[in-house]
Amino acid sequence: MPSFTVTVNGRPHVVNVAADTPLLWVLRDNLGLTGTKFGCGIAACGACTVHLDGEATRSCVLPISAVGTAPVTTIEGLSPAATSASHRVQKAWIAEDVPQCGYCQSGQIMAAAALLTKAADPSDAQIDEAMTNICRCGTYQRIRSAVHRAAKEA
Amino acid sequence: MERRAFLQTAGTVGAGLVIGFRIPTRGEQDAPPFAPNAWLRIGTDDSVLVVVDRSEMGQGVATALPMLLAEELEADWTKVQIEFAPADKAYINPLFGLQGTGGSSSVRAAWTPLRKAGAAAREVLIAAAAQRWAVKATECHAERGAVVHTKTKRRLRYGQLAARAATLPVPADVPLKDRKDWHIAGKPTKRLDTPSKTNGRAKFGIDTWVPGLRIAVVARSPVFGGKVKSFDATAAKKIEGVRDVVQISSGVAVVGSGYWPAKLGRDALKIEWDEGPVAAVSSASISQLFAERAGQPGVVAKHAGDPEGALGGAATKVEADYEMPFLAHTTMEPMNATAHVRPDGVDIWAPTQFQQGAQGIGAAIGGVPPEQVKVHTTYLGGGFGRRFELDFIQEALETSKAAGGVPVKVIWSREDDIQHAQYRPANFHRMRAGLGADGKPVVWTHRIVAPSIMSRVFPNMVQNGLDGEAVEGGAEMPYAVPNLHVDYQLTDTGIPVGFWRSVNNSYNGFAVETFVDECAAAAKADPFEYRRGLLTNAPRHLGVLELAAAKAGWGTPPPAGRSRGIAVFKSFETFVAQVAEVSVSPAGEVRVHRVVCAVDCGQYVNPDTIEAQMQGGIVFGLTAALRGAITIDKGRVQQSNFNDYEMLHMAEMPVVEVYIVPSAEAPGGIGEPGTPPIAPAVCNAIFAATGKRIRKLPIGTVT
Repeated sequence: MPSFTVTVNGRPHVVNVAADTPLLWVLRDNLGLTGTKFGCGIAACGACTVHLDGEATRSCVLPISAVGTAPVTTIEGLSPAATSASHRVQKAWIAEDVPQCGYCQSGQIMAAAALLTKAADPSDAQIDEAMTNICRCGTYQRIRSAVHRAAKEA
Repeated sequence: MERRAFLQTAGTVGAGLVIGFRIPTRGEQDAPPFAPNAWLRIGTDDSVLVVVDRSEMGQGVATALPMLLAEELEADWTKVQIEFAPADKAYINPLFGLQGTGGSSSVRAAWTPLRKAGAAAREVLIAAAAQRWAVKATECHAERGAVVHTKTKRRLRYGQLAARAATLPVPADVPLKDRKDWHIAGKPTKRLDTPSKTNGRAKFGIDTWVPGLRIAVVARSPVFGGKVKSFDATAAKKIEGVRDVVQISSGVAVVGSGYWPAKLGRDALKIEWDEGPVAAVSSASISQLFAERAGQPGVVAKHAGDPEGALGGAATKVEADYEMPFLAHTTMEPMNATAHVRPDGVDIWAPTQFQQGAQGIGAAIGGVPPEQVKVHTTYLGGGFGRRFELDFIQEALETSKAAGGVPVKVIWSREDDIQHAQYRPANFHRMRAGLGADGKPVVWTHRIVAPSIMSRVFPNMVQNGLDGEAVEGGAEMPYAVPNLHVDYQLTDTGIPVGFWRSVNNSYNGFAVETFVDECAAAAKADPFEYRRGLLTNAPRHLGVLELAAAKAGWGTPPPAGRSRGIAVFKSFETFVAQVAEVSVSPAGEVRVHRVVCAVDCGQYVNPDTIEAQMQGGIVFGLTAALRGAITIDKGRVQQSNFNDYEMLHMAEMPVVEVYIVPSAEAPGGIGEPGTPPIAPAVCNAIFAATGKRIRKLPIGTVT
């Protein structure tokens, strides 16, 4: 299998996988970074959202061959200390007690963190537009509150 | 690079990466903890480990159950940790008689046993302290994880007492605290699992990794009930990373080094299927069958007075048919399970609602006694009833066995998940009422035509063609009507049906709460006042109805362009009323702006969770009402993924306000009762807005 070097959470990793392998499965099956979730495989639900060069990106449809040298950040690398949730979006999620089953929340948090780099204090309409990740538990109301809270704590 | 290799670089993401739910602490390793019952371990380091014997699928049970125990234990809440229970008879759900999670039963079942477990442990810790101080136990009390000698204020932490407590007898029946003295239970409390669900560390079934693990993807018959006639795996085996191809009872499993090669292998299989009789079934044929059956008498579920005679003499007649489709659960975490079948035993790691079933099937397939089957329950990325099924666990077990006893994780794609579920039954209702001169119904008849879940899952619960669950919420509709008839036409369609959040309440709630609205309209009465007048024997229905109406401003003009609809429904011993504020655009697009929800679930544990579960139940029901439909053509599901089985998004989320009725009644369920009232509340609001009555779900575009 071909070899690819991918930079994840600041560290380079060499993986030998088929060129069409989605970044999601490289993260999960090869690097053991299981915080990024598989939800649909067609970029519809956002459970697999990571940051690619700072942009919220759905990793389930991004072939490893297309990642190149762009740095990848996953939920495990969002805050500087891997074992604590110190990013302001994670803190806001805890303060609002957002998660129910929690499966979509890595993707929601990554989407929200990327939104706040573009819109410091997003309106509800901006949140509606940017936060298109699916939550089957229906935590949307608390997600909205948490995004507003995180914006205020910038 | 193999999955194994990542462990060598795991330092990049922290040592906690591949650790399970809890890191054993030094204290637990040094001395045996105080373990007075199946649910509690107190370590010498003051840790309070609560063994949670229900599955955490978002409903908050991994916080609520520890709260009950910790309340009586007088625990320091900040020291409470959780672990999920193994399969064991100690953890049988007393409401079911088996170990499983469903029916919004967890808090109801744990309400007394877990508090008694905490109280007994507290008394032992007090006895240990009294012994140590050589004072009477009655001179001591417990508070925040310590025993205090009340007079001298001497204090010993539970960790300091654990070793001594472990040697003392546990009292059988300790009186429980008065609810007014509660300071943990009943108070808004942050969930214990939230931190791990915000940093990627919470382990779901799909995150399971064990040494030597293989990943499998299964090809199943596109037609329900179809069997493999023959298959050619030549192309699949040529894909790099594919390790094995094995036939199992549900189809053909491709075993690979990772999901991607296994999926490519599955896609490359050439399979000839024996499709079987269901290949002739379509949604149109099912609708036709339902309509035929609706004209034939069913098995009587409820009968009072003289319904036929009363219909003949009624001043006004109201008649309506309602039809609802199959629905899929689409948990965010697709179905998956990991199994390791060995000659000496079986391990199962699964996001399951049914540990006892998993253990049983593990024993049957593994050929070992049940005690040699270990069930490791992970977090569930949603359950909604789908994970009460065992199909995904059976596949992992059969694949592990067929592949020579290697550990195997079976992962379903979203397409697999949508096309191979056990669906909320499609259903049809024929309803008739006769109204008296005062507009009130003197007669109400309701024929329920639907497949039976129980006839597949627990067939001995279906007696003489009556599935009591299929008529739930219909047979005991709350309105005072002297002449009543409810019957059931058990109608199998060949499409598998199963538990879906709120189960059959989801359809009977729509039928009853739409039809009473139709009666109100026929009587030219206000829908809220009309219901009030009929809830003379249903005080808790009335209580939530009046609270929701008051909070929603019923009787005052709604905001411009919006209309209100109301519904009230009891399920799982909990009463919920909802008022929906809805607008319908000139093009017929429905928008739900606001939902006011009043809930009476009796005594409760965590009001934060009640709010969250009402919001979640409303989103679940609203998603289905607006656009949810699994349709069948040639025995196959026509939908495949979130592009054609669409979920509600943030932009469509109504503002949901939740009001809890204070109550001293026995606790009710909370995971499901928020779902049934939303569809009728929204459709009744659409009627108020447009005069158009929605009798077939999903709503789609109102034309």
